Amino acid sequence: MPLSPKAAIKEVQDVSFLAARAFGSIFRRPHYVRDILIQMELIGVGSLAVVMLTGFFTGAVLTLQTSKTLSTFGAVGYTGALVAVSLVRELGPVLASLMVAGRVGSGIASELGSMLVTEQINAMRALGTDPVKKLVVPRVLATISMLPVITIVADAMGILGGLFTSVFVLNITPNLYLNRAWDSLRYMDLFGGLLKPLVFGATLAIVSCHCGLRTYGGTQGVGRSTTQAVVASSILIIVFDLFLTRIILAYTR
Amino acid sequence: MIQPILEVRDVVKYYEDKAVLNGVSFRVFKGETKIIIGASGSGKSTILKLIIGLDRPDEGTILVDGEDITKLDEQQMVHVRKKIGMVFQESALFDSLSVRENVGYRLYEEGVDEQEIDARVRQVLGFVGLEDAIDKRPSELSGGMKRRVALARALITEPQIMLYDEPTAGLDPITSRKINELIIALRDIKSVTGVFVTHRMRDAFTLATEYATNGDHEIKFHTEDNFICIANTRFLLLRDGKIIFEGPDEVLRKSEDEYIKRFLA
Repeated sequence: MPLSPKAAIKEVQDVSFLAARAFGSIFRRPHYVRDILIQMELIGVGSLAVVMLTGFFTGAVLTLQTSKTLSTFGAVGYTGALVAVSLVRELGPVLASLMVAGRVGSGIASELGSMLVTEQINAMRALGTDPVKKLVVPRVLATISMLPVITIVADAMGILGGLFTSVFVLNITPNLYLNRAWDSLRYMDLFGGLLKPLVFGATLAIVSCHCGLRTYGGTQGVGRSTTQAVVASSILIIVFDLFLTRIILAYTR
Repeated sequence: MIQPILEVRDVVKYYEDKAVLNGVSFRVFKGETKIIIGASGSGKSTILKLIIGLDRPDEGTILVDGEDITKLDEQQMVHVRKKIGMVFQESALFDSLSVRENVGYRLYEEGVDEQEIDARVRQVLGFVGLEDAIDKRPSELSGGMKRRVALARALITEPQIMLYDEPTAGLDPITSRKINELIIALRDIKSVTGVFVTHRMRDAFTLATEYATNGDHEIKFHTEDNFICIANTRFLLLRDGKIIFEGPDEVLRKSEDEYIKRFLA
């Protein structure tokens, strides 16, 4: 069902309040270090396989597509450069974040949503625990800290996938591919490529927690919240990517 | 003059445009159990949520141990909630934690020593008769066992006030009886103040007509018989968000009010 403008503004306000409460309570006691570590393992280690596969095949396909275009200019040797820059600046952060949004965002929304409809969140509050500190903060911190790591893995696997295609399909030597890739990358590319997952991680974690914590309507509501979390996170990641890319490019000219 | 441990003054609560509670006032004194009865949707559970601060009244004040809690924020409510334990309608156990972790939740949060937590968890599980279930998960427990674990979780820090939100709903008569006996024992042996919400009159009258004494190595339960008002319990009947009766069970049973008669029938 489409949101009315008033409801949309209310949603943005609620997400902003949740973000402010979460970030405001990071340094307040008690600190749930164990919960943060558990979430880091779930989000980071748990997402590795899917991100590695996605990165590898994206790199491989990207290599095939760019080499086709580059061959018209007789510049197939520059495939490594184009693939590396595209992956590190853009595809690595966005694809890794979208994969994590699908896998982790849905998990966060459904877990918190289920806890809400079974009154576990109320029980937690009744027992004197702030659910934002106990449930939201560990998930936000874990996603923010693990997404850049996952992005690096996605980048590396993408370049490896490109190398695989270059060597076995395009007959480009590994040295040429890797040298072009290495020479094309600048520190600002790496900085931009790691800044994006920080922002995307915070966005997807906050949005997913918000969707989970405002679940209503029993198990059907949990399903609805889960879908909304993935859709909203994915759209916001892509929208924020445009703005971040514009800002990063403005500073790297 | 004896001060009430819990006082609700002229509380009004709206959900959307409907007044769920409309000027509700009552007092609960130390060691007393207030039984709130009423039809579904009459605002019974809402009162409990307002008392423990899970929701806020739109008007009126709620005093817990003399302190107005209606103006407190989530952080300030933490110390108030330490005085209150609550048993939720569907138990609301944390399904990812074991019985030990559920019952000892508050102690783990407070950073209490592991050995002390274990001892206190075993003690309170012993009180509800579930010491053997300490390492089980909530999914391995029956409905009645879940309610007893929820009761143990609420009792672990020995709160002054216990709130029971239909703790016997959906349970068979034998299990309901066990839960009721635990609540009677808490009231009479440990002097815990209680607010008991239900629409099951049989459970309500069990609480109002039976009392517990400490026997040799076991708690004994007796009925009031001819001795009236031994059980420290008073009724409060809600209808459309308003209190239409407050008093002991003897007066409730003799009421000539048509709605009350139909409700008790």
